[in-house]
Amino acid sequence: MQALKVDALSKSFGPRQAVRGVSFDVCIGETVAFLGPNGAGKSTTLRMIAGFLEPDSGDALINGVSILSDRTRAQLGLGYLAEGAPLYFDLSVRDFLGFLARTHGLTTVAARASIARAAEDAAITDVLSRPIETLSKGYRRRVALAGAIVHDPPVLILDEPTDGLDPNQKIAMRSLIARMAKQKAILISTHQLDEVEAMCTRAVLIDRGDIKADGTPAEIAGHAQSGKLEDAFHALTRPEKAT
Amino acid sequence: MNETIALNLRQAGNALRAVYVRELAAYFLTPLAYVFIAIFLIALGSFTFEIGRFFDTNQADLAPFFLFHPWLYLVFLPAIAMRLWADEARGGTLELLLTLPAPTWSLVLGKFLAAWTVAAAALLLTTPIWMSVNWLGAPDNAAIFLTYGISFLMAGSYLAIACALSAVAGSQVIAFVLSVAVGFIFTAAGLPVVASGAASVFGPGLAEAMASFSLLTHFEAAQRGVLELRALFFYLGFIAVWLAFNAIWISARKGG
Repeated sequence: MQALKVDALSKSFGPRQAVRGVSFDVCIGETVAFLGPNGAGKSTTLRMIAGFLEPDSGDALINGVSILSDRTRAQLGLGYLAEGAPLYFDLSVRDFLGFLARTHGLTTVAARASIARAAEDAAITDVLSRPIETLSKGYRRRVALAGAIVHDPPVLILDEPTDGLDPNQKIAMRSLIARMAKQKAILISTHQLDEVEAMCTRAVLIDRGDIKADGTPAEIAGHAQSGKLEDAFHALTRPEKAT
Repeated sequence: MNETIALNLRQAGNALRAVYVRELAAYFLTPLAYVFIAIFLIALGSFTFEIGRFFDTNQADLAPFFLFHPWLYLVFLPAIAMRLWADEARGGTLELLLTLPAPTWSLVLGKFLAAWTVAAAALLLTTPIWMSVNWLGAPDNAAIFLTYGISFLMAGSYLAIACALSAVAGSQVIAFVLSVAVGFIFTAAGLPVVASGAASVFGPGLAEAMASFSLLTHFEAAQRGVLELRALFFYLGFIAVWLAFNAIWISARKGG
C-alpha cells in the first residue's frame, strides 16, 4: 500500500529551480533513503511533503490525503523530523512531547500513554523530566524523533536523523528506525551511505532537483563498475560548483 | 467538505490550547513575566504619583493613573511580544510549528492570547490603586470599570501590532523597534498637536480620519465614562486586522 505518494513536485527560489518534478512513492514496510549531494533539493522536497513549503506545482499524498487540498488531515498522518531537529530548549522532554501530543489531538490520558511509548521507543525514558537544554546532542536527536512518532503516524519523514551523532548514537538511532520499519512508511534523507545499505529497502537519488536513480541499494550500486554505492553516488551526481 | 472544516476547527482548538499553555509557561516559568509586571507596575506607579500628581488633584478618580496607560503599553508590551515569532524563526522551531496539523491562525491566536494574559495580569495587579481611591472618596466605579476594560482592549491592540511585526522581523530587537515605531504612529495620531498640524496640511477631514485611527482617541472617550460601541468595535477590529497580518506574514514564509 502506498502510504506516501510524491507526485511531480517542483519548486523554484527566484531563478534557481531547486526541485524539478520529483515523483516517487513509499509503501508501508519500506524504509527509503533519499540521497543526494548538498543542495540537491532533498530538504526542499521533504519540506514540501511536510507542508512547510508550498510547491510551485505537483502534490504529495500522505495516506491518500493531499497536503495541498487537505493539509491538516494529511499532516495528522505524518511524523516529520526537520533538518537540525528543532526543539524548544526551555521545555522539559515530557512537556515538549505533551505539547506535540496535544497539538495532534490526543486527550490527556491518551497523551500520557503515547509519551510513555514514544519515550520507550526512542530510549529517552531516563530523561523525561529534564529540560531539553541540558541534554547531549544524541539525546536531543532522540527527543526530536520521539516528537515525530508521539502520535504514531503511518508515514515518517526524517531529514538527516543521524547527522552529527557519534558512532554509538548512530547505532542506537538505526536500531530504533529498524524497529519501526515494519509498520510504517519511512523516508530518510541521509549522507551516510553505509546506513543506506544497512537499513534501507530502497533508495532515491536526486541531484540538482532531478531524480537520477530509484531502486534497491544494490541496484543503485550497480551503476558503478566497482559495485560500490559510494562510487555510484559519485558517478550519478556531479560535484557542486559555485555559480 | 463539512467534515474537513470540522476537523480543521477541532485541530485549531487543540493547537490554540497547546500553544497558549506552552507560551504562558514560557512567560511564567521564567523571570520574563515577573520582571515585566514588576517594572510595568513601578513605572505606572511613578508616573501616576510623581508626574500625574495623583494626590494633588484632590479628586477621587483615576484620571492621572489611566493617562499614562497608552504610553507605557507602547514601550512595554512590544517587550513581551517581540519574542513570539522572532524566536521561532531564529531557533528553527518555526518549521516544527508550521508542520503541526493545525491552521496557522490558531497558532497566531494562541500566542497572542498568552501575551494578552500577561498584560491582563499586570493590569489586575494595579487594582490596589482603585481600592485606595474608593477608600479616599467616592469615585464613579462604573466609569473606572469601563476604562479598565477599554485599557485591556488597548493593550491587546499594542500586542497585536508587536505580534505581527515579530513575524516579519528577523530578530527580537528589530521586532521591538518596529513595534514601538508603529505603535507610536497609532498613538500620536490622536494627540491634539498632531491633529491640528495634520488639519493645516491635509485639511480637517483627513485629520479627523487620522485621529479616529488612533488608539488614544477612543481611550480618552472611555475615560470620560462614555461607552461607545464604536470604541469596542475599533479595538477588536484593530486586533483582528493585525493578527490577520500576523497570519499572512507567517504563511508567506511557506512560499519560501
